[in-house]
Amino acid sequence: MQRREGLAKLTGRERYVDDLPLENFLWGMTVRSPAPRGRITAVRFGNDVDWSEFVIVDHRDIPGPNEILLIERDQPVLAASHVRHVHEAVLLVAHPSREMARRAAQAVEIVVVPEPAALDFRVAPRPEQIQYAADNVLKQLKIEKGDVERALAHAPVVVEGAYETGAQEHVYLETQGMIAWLEEDVLVVKGSMQCPYYVLNALQHALGRDERRVRVIQAPTGGGFGGKEEYPSTIALHAALLALKARRPVKLVYDRSEDMAATTKRHPALVRHRTGLTEDGRLLAQDIEVILDGGAYVTLSPVVLSRGIIHAAGPYACDHVRIAGRAMFSNAVPFGAFRGFGAPQTLFACERHMDVIARTLRMDPVELRRKNLIRDGQRTATGQVIQDGTDRVAVLERALALSTFEEKRRAHTAFNAAQRSKRRGIGLATFYHGAGFTGGGEVHLNSRLRVAGLPDGRIEVLSANIEMGQGTLTVFTQIAAERLGVTPDDVVIGEPDTARVPNSGPTVASRTTMVVGHLIERAVDDLRTRVGLDDRARGSVVKDAIAHWYAAHPGGRLVGEAVYEPPPGISWDEQRYQGDAYGAFAWAAYVAEVEVDLRTCATRVIDFVAVQEVGKVINPTLARGQVQGGVVQGVGWALMEECKFKDGAMVNNQLTNYLIPTSDDVPPIRVAFVENPYPHGAQGAKGLGELPIDGPAPAILNAVAAATGTEPRAIPLTPERLMDLTR
Amino acid sequence: MSTVQVVFTLNGAAVSLDLDPAERLLDTLRYRLGLTGTKEGCGEGECGACTVYLDGLPVNSCLVPTYQVRGARVESVEAIAAERLGPFLAQGATQCGACTPGVVMTALWIGAHPELLETHTIRELMAGNLCRCTGYDGIVDAVSTALGHGEPPV
Amino acid sequence: MKLLLPETVRDALAHMAGRDGVTTPIAGGTDLLVHWPVRLGERDRTYVDLWQLQELKPLRWTADALILGGLTTYWDVIRDRRAGDEFPLLVAAARQVGAIQIQARGTWAGNIVNASPAADGVPALMAYGAVVVLESQRGTEEVPLDGFYTGYKDMRRRPDQLIVAVRIPRRRYSYQTFAKVGSRRAQSIAKVGLAVTQSDDGWRVVAASMAPTIRRCPAIERLLQQGAVLRDSDDLLPAIARDVSPIDDVRSTAEYRRRVMARVLYDELRETCGWR
Ligand SMILES: Cc1cc2nc3c(=O)[nH]c(=O)nc-3n(C[C@@H](O)[C@@H](O)[C@H](O)COP(=O)(O)OP(=O)(O)OC[C@H]3O[C@@H](n4cnc5c(N)ncnc54)[C@H](O)[C@@H]3O)c2cc1C
Ligand code: FES
Ligand code: FES
Repeated sequence: MQRREGLAKLTGRERYVDDLPLENFLWGMTVRSPAPRGRITAVRFGNDVDWSEFVIVDHRDIPGPNEILLIERDQPVLAASHVRHVHEAVLLVAHPSREMARRAAQAVEIVVVPEPAALDFRVAPRPEQIQYAADNVLKQLKIEKGDVERALAHAPVVVEGAYETGAQEHVYLETQGMIAWLEEDVLVVKGSMQCPYYVLNALQHALGRDERRVRVIQAPTGGGFGGKEEYPSTIALHAALLALKARRPVKLVYDRSEDMAATTKRHPALVRHRTGLTEDGRLLAQDIEVILDGGAYVTLSPVVLSRGIIHAAGPYACDHVRIAGRAMFSNAVPFGAFRGFGAPQTLFACERHMDVIARTLRMDPVELRRKNLIRDGQRTATGQVIQDGTDRVAVLERALALSTFEEKRRAHTAFNAAQRSKRRGIGLATFYHGAGFTGGGEVHLNSRLRVAGLPDGRIEVLSANIEMGQGTLTVFTQIAAERLGVTPDDVVIGEPDTARVPNSGPTVASRTTMVVGHLIERAVDDLRTRVGLDDRARGSVVKDAIAHWYAAHPGGRLVGEAVYEPPPGISWDEQRYQGDAYGAFAWAAYVAEVEVDLRTCATRVIDFVAVQEVGKVINPTLARGQVQGGVVQGVGWALMEECKFKDGAMVNNQLTNYLIPTSDDVPPIRVAFVENPYPHGAQGAKGLGELPIDGPAPAILNAVAAATGTEPRAIPLTPERLMDLTR
Repeated sequence: MSTVQVVFTLNGAAVSLDLDPAERLLDTLRYRLGLTGTKEGCGEGECGACTVYLDGLPVNSCLVPTYQVRGARVESVEAIAAERLGPFLAQGATQCGACTPGVVMTALWIGAHPELLETHTIRELMAGNLCRCTGYDGIVDAVSTALGHGEPPV
Repeated sequence: MKLLLPETVRDALAHMAGRDGVTTPIAGGTDLLVHWPVRLGERDRTYVDLWQLQELKPLRWTADALILGGLTTYWDVIRDRRAGDEFPLLVAAARQVGAIQIQARGTWAGNIVNASPAADGVPALMAYGAVVVLESQRGTEEVPLDGFYTGYKDMRRRPDQLIVAVRIPRRRYSYQTFAKVGSRRAQSIAKVGLAVTQSDDGWRVVAASMAPTIRRCPAIERLLQQGAVLRDSDDLLPAIARDVSPIDDVRSTAEYRRRVMARVLYDELRETCGWR
């Protein structure tokens, strides 16, 4: 099936938040902190502005608690007396003219008396920099399996390494934006977002409104990648506060520079490995330390850390594993959800480290992985028994075959000997990604989904899960249509509007197709039962039965429903961090071929092969596109995307200075799937959205290592960094 | 504030406007004329989401002051016939859609100028249209398909 | 924003003569309009539009020169087959300016007056010995591009002067190369830019992003003129140190720039100069 809303997007008819018709509205602007930390002593309003024309909101206008509801309640909606990071929102202004609003925002001065800021998460804070708990540690987590110290003490070989990854900006092409207005006494907020119910909860909390007086609607969303998971709650609150005060609709749309400077990014990380092995390369012990920069508020850092450490040991079997993780407070703009959610950082370290190990042991990195890849019946670091029937070595072999790995390796030896200033290399990463919320997360979410029959026999899927480019509308349609044996045209996907759709959970964590899609199947089954049919009834039989039901129940409403149920036999111990971390893992082997210009130290990816096992592929075009897009985002993170900070502020917050790959920077991404249907996912699907960002960075750096004989350990591996290594 | 009168041809029809000389073509299209197909991704000429044709050449409308199109021919994505877009749909050239109208404009322009491929690659010609979702393969494949036809874009 | 809309170059020069105070000419807008909505301070200036001045648009060939108009765009040059044959560095540079959308609007004159140390059009022009033709109500003045810049964003152009043409003498070149090192392959600003030519007139080595202005490198040119024999790229470093003074900034480091300039220059010139 072709993308459902594809033609609307291609013709420009799709209306994103900034495209929606809106009458008699005000443009909102945000006035932000100039300093990374300090006390606000004054707010000065410039003289050359007629302030009576403006609606102005500060923390005193917040009806409820000045808190953005998330894991903790430490983040204010608008800073009151203190600021903890540059660009923290302090004041809001609104005016019918966008230019006037902008001029006004520029004319406000926030006077801050600076206090000592903590700006490097890697070094222990000095006492005067402590701002969270006793040690600036936002969250600490540990996984232990076996006896690492003993195993390391007895290991014939121990290899150590430290690996660093930088912040990454999402660069969704549509910036953050929200509109808010009042309908009678109901506050309506509509905009670009991944999680309508997160926004709803945040609005209810800080505005002191019950759910009947707030309604959140997702507008078509121009990319998210995690960047529209938690941040939209903030901008929604800001738009809402202005609209409530103005009693007029308000539109708040960031421009690119503001979006890049003030919103979340991928957590920077430092990961240390100490690995014990036999001389022939069997893993005996993995001792891993993970440190994340959380930024100035807790936001989602605890869960990012959780996913990070769970993936840190890689897809390998090892009896003795210890993973200690912590997320640190710093006076940086809070880091947040980003595709992969902690796993890309730790998997980069793990997979780069595997090649360092191989080189130390003078062993083929392919062989090292073949030897250690987890096999059915073996346990992960959290003690989860892997038993899904996937042949992970076969996934690897497929990637090697598709990329002609061995031939290329030989060809490179000849090429490199003949060339003066060009070096080629090929590199590999094998990895995995757990789908859905971690541990008991899905049970906790308690997702609920409804499918309504329509009087004409069609059905409407009512879920809070959104389309942001990843294909929800199409895949949901396919799942419902296939289950009922009807055509895609018989399926309507309802607009994610909290007044109409139940909370089927956030659109994150690669859970939409696998978990929510499965709810659609069960809700559709429920609907079918309610019209007196069983699972064998398909097509027009079902449609007719729905239409008949309506004829027999005038004024009635036919609804099928499903509530999340964990797959059987899943158990998780949150205290000990032991058990089944995820219902299912997707598995992958990626191969990158690079060419390095020794004169400029620029690295170019010249071939890329991505092989993965993601259960059943529901829509090949969409699935391929997810992988290609994720890989290219990974190429950017590996080689060029670097947030440069000065005093806690991003200084390259423009697309001319923060570079993402163009079409000319990447080769065709060759994608292949190995299919092994997962019984508890929709049509046998597992999660796919995040996996592709995990593999490119280590595969590329391993290829650069092979090409140049260096051991790069930090990304982005800019030409400047590589030059330092090759000198 | 003094305004300037701007008369031009937009998507084949004559348009006459009085506007602030500082107004960008992007904003005129989106906010004044309600043609919201053209998107703003950056406002700095980097992303190409705002691409329109100015006298037949693709330009970034965020960098064009509207007064400069006096007497000129402008086409925006709204002028593109849906029937032309089959290859884009089939190849997965759009995901979130925010870059898409700009991508379509540049892509169809390339399609109309196959001679460019004697000197340029498709990837080089598409480099002014950033896409964060597709990884570009879907787009490049769609352009290759569209090239077969060599029709004018509008 | 105050806008003046001349219909002829004469009108434009009259506007610029000072009657309305200092004016800013506006051509393709690819520098002036970047982040335009937030550059509120610049709204208060008076602008003179050039885009409608058709007389400035075409490029012309004469017996001894290629003459770019004051409004000639990168795309105009890319599409001119003779330009590709005779002045390949111009085409090479133009193709690396932004992407097609920028090439279609950006002008050579705008590139010169914007005076970015990292520009691509300027080094190619300078390596060909281009001459800037300035006009004002007081007359015409010609300034060789290699003597045009006097400091960071400072140049020998009075506010009442318009660039009406850029004249590029036609010479026989025995060697020419253009190299741009950016942080990505397409659409990026140069971290190091080089344009080198050798003609009867001698060597011209022009460096971009290596100093407050784009400039020729006399010490390196001397080395080449003397036929010095170098053994590796490090041998170029002393001359580079004399000619340029790169800095650390948001795009790169001084150290990187120096080394890359040496390596690329060495590598490009190796065969021609008979170096190892
Ligand atoms: C996304 C993007 C990428 C870019 N990439 C590159 C790149 O890779 N390499 C590169 O070199 N440049 C690059 N540029 C800048 C380049 O497009 C400009 O320097 C262009 O050449 C300027 O021409 P313009 O006509 O658009 O100038 P405008 O913006 O109209 O004007 C620029 C300056 O020149 C003055 N001016 C213009 N014409 C005249 C004239 N005839 N006489 C006197 N003064 C005049 C103006 O007053 C102004 O000060 C890029 C720009 C963007 C937005
Ligand atoms: S909005 Fe014009 S190029 Fe990005
Ligand atoms: S489809 Fe989302 S940016 Fe291109």
